[in-house]
Amino acid sequence: MSSPTLVVELSDAVVLVDGFPLLSGVTLELETGTLNVVTGANGAGKTSLLRLLGGLVALSSGSGVVSGVDLRTGDRRDLRRRVGWLGHEGSFYDDLSAKENLTFAAKALGRPTDEIARVLDRVGLSSRTDTPAKRLSAGQRRRLGLAWLLLRRPETWLLDEPYATLDDEGRTFFDELIGDVIRSGASVIVSAHDPLRSNALSPRTITLAGGLVVSDRS
Amino acid sequence: MIRTALLVAGKDLRIERRSRVLLWQVLPFGVMALVLSGLALGPAHAGNSSAGPGLFYLVMLLVTLLMINRSQVIEGSSGTRTSVATLGLDPAGVFLGKALALAVELWITGVVVLAGAVLLLHTALVGSAEALPSVLVILAALAAAGTLYGALSGGGQGPATLLPVLSFPAFAPLLIAGERSYSDALHGGSLWQWWLISLVALVAYLGIGILLYGVLEES
Repeated sequence: MSSPTLVVELSDAVVLVDGFPLLSGVTLELETGTLNVVTGANGAGKTSLLRLLGGLVALSSGSGVVSGVDLRTGDRRDLRRRVGWLGHEGSFYDDLSAKENLTFAAKALGRPTDEIARVLDRVGLSSRTDTPAKRLSAGQRRRLGLAWLLLRRPETWLLDEPYATLDDEGRTFFDELIGDVIRSGASVIVSAHDPLRSNALSPRTITLAGGLVVSDRS
Repeated sequence: MIRTALLVAGKDLRIERRSRVLLWQVLPFGVMALVLSGLALGPAHAGNSSAGPGLFYLVMLLVTLLMINRSQVIEGSSGTRTSVATLGLDPAGVFLGKALALAVELWITGVVVLAGAVLLLHTALVGSAEALPSVLVILAALAAAGTLYGALSGGGQGPATLLPVLSFPAFAPLLIAGERSYSDALHGGSLWQWWLISLVALVAYLGIGILLYGVLEES
C-alpha cells in the first residue's frame, strides 16, 4: 500500500522577522486533498504558518517542502503561483468592480475571462458583477475572495480566518464550498481561533501556541 | 513582461479614473501650488518668464511626490498585496506598468500646469510648446525613478515622509536638466544636450527598475 502524497513537510521550521520568532520550530506533515484547521490564540503563529506555506515569508532555519517546492532552495515565486490566499482583510482592489477584479486575476494568470460569470454565480454574486468591491458587505467581500480562488484553481488553499464576519448562511456556504474543493483533490489549510463548528468535513486540527505545535488531532 | 506591464498600467489607470483623485485633488493642487508660487515671488517677478521653468518643475516635484505615494497606496491592504503576490506576476512587468501609469498621470498634470504657467505666469507660449517634448521625457524619468523609490520607501506602507528624503538625490539632476531645457527653449538655446541627458536618465532608471524592483518587493 502506497503512503499518501504530502503537500506540506516541515521539520523544525523557524521564521524570524526582525529577530523575533514568529514560528519557533514547527514540525508538520499534511496530506494532499485534506482539510486542515490551524487554531490558536492571537499571536500563536497561525497566519505566520500560512504565510510560510504560501512562500510569502522566508524560512529562517529548519527545512520544508510545500507542493514540491523546497522552502530553502526553491523558487518561492513558483510556490506562490501554486497556492491561493484568502485573508481576513480585503483581498482585491476596492475601486474596481467584482468583475474587473476577477478580470485582472484571470488575465494575470493567462486564464480565459469567460469563466468569470460562472464563478460569480457559484459564490452568489451574479447580481453584484459591476459593484465596486468597496461597496460590498463583509460577507460579499469574502465571497468575492472565494470567487478569485475558484477562478485560480490553486493546488493549495490558504484561508486566514475565513469565518470571521460571516453569518450562519455564509458559514454553511463556505463549508459546502470547502467540501467541493477537497473532493476536487486540492488541499485546504484554514486558520481559525476555534475548531470548526461543523464536523461534517472531518478536519485535522492543529493547535499552535508560541509558534509551536502543541496539539494535533484528526 | 510587456503583457504584465500593460495589465498593471491598465489596472492603475482604471483605478485612478474611477477614484477621480487626479481630477479633483491632484490637478487643483498643482494649479494652486503654481498660483501660490507666483504670489510668493510677487507681481514684479511672477510675470517674468525666467521664473516660469523653475516654478513649473517645483510644482511638478510636489505633484510627483503625491502621485508616487498614491501609486503605491492603490495596491491596497496587505491582504490585497498578498493575494496579488500569489498571482506570480513578473516584477519587471509590474515595475514597468506602474511607471507607465504614473508617467501618463504626470503627463496629464504636466500639460495642465504648463498651460497654467503660460496663463498665470505669462511664460512664452511658443517656448513652452517647444519645451513640451523634453518635459514629457523628464516626467517619464521622474515616473520611473519615483516608482523605484516608492517601493524602496515602503511601498505605501512605510512612512510617507521618507520618500522625499530618499528620492531627492535621484530627482535633483532631472529637475535641473528639466529647468535648463525649458529655459533654453524660452530663450532660443540648444536643447539637444538636455534631451540626451534626460533620455539617458530615463533609460537608466528603467533598467535599474527592471533589475531591482523584484528585490525591493521581496524586502
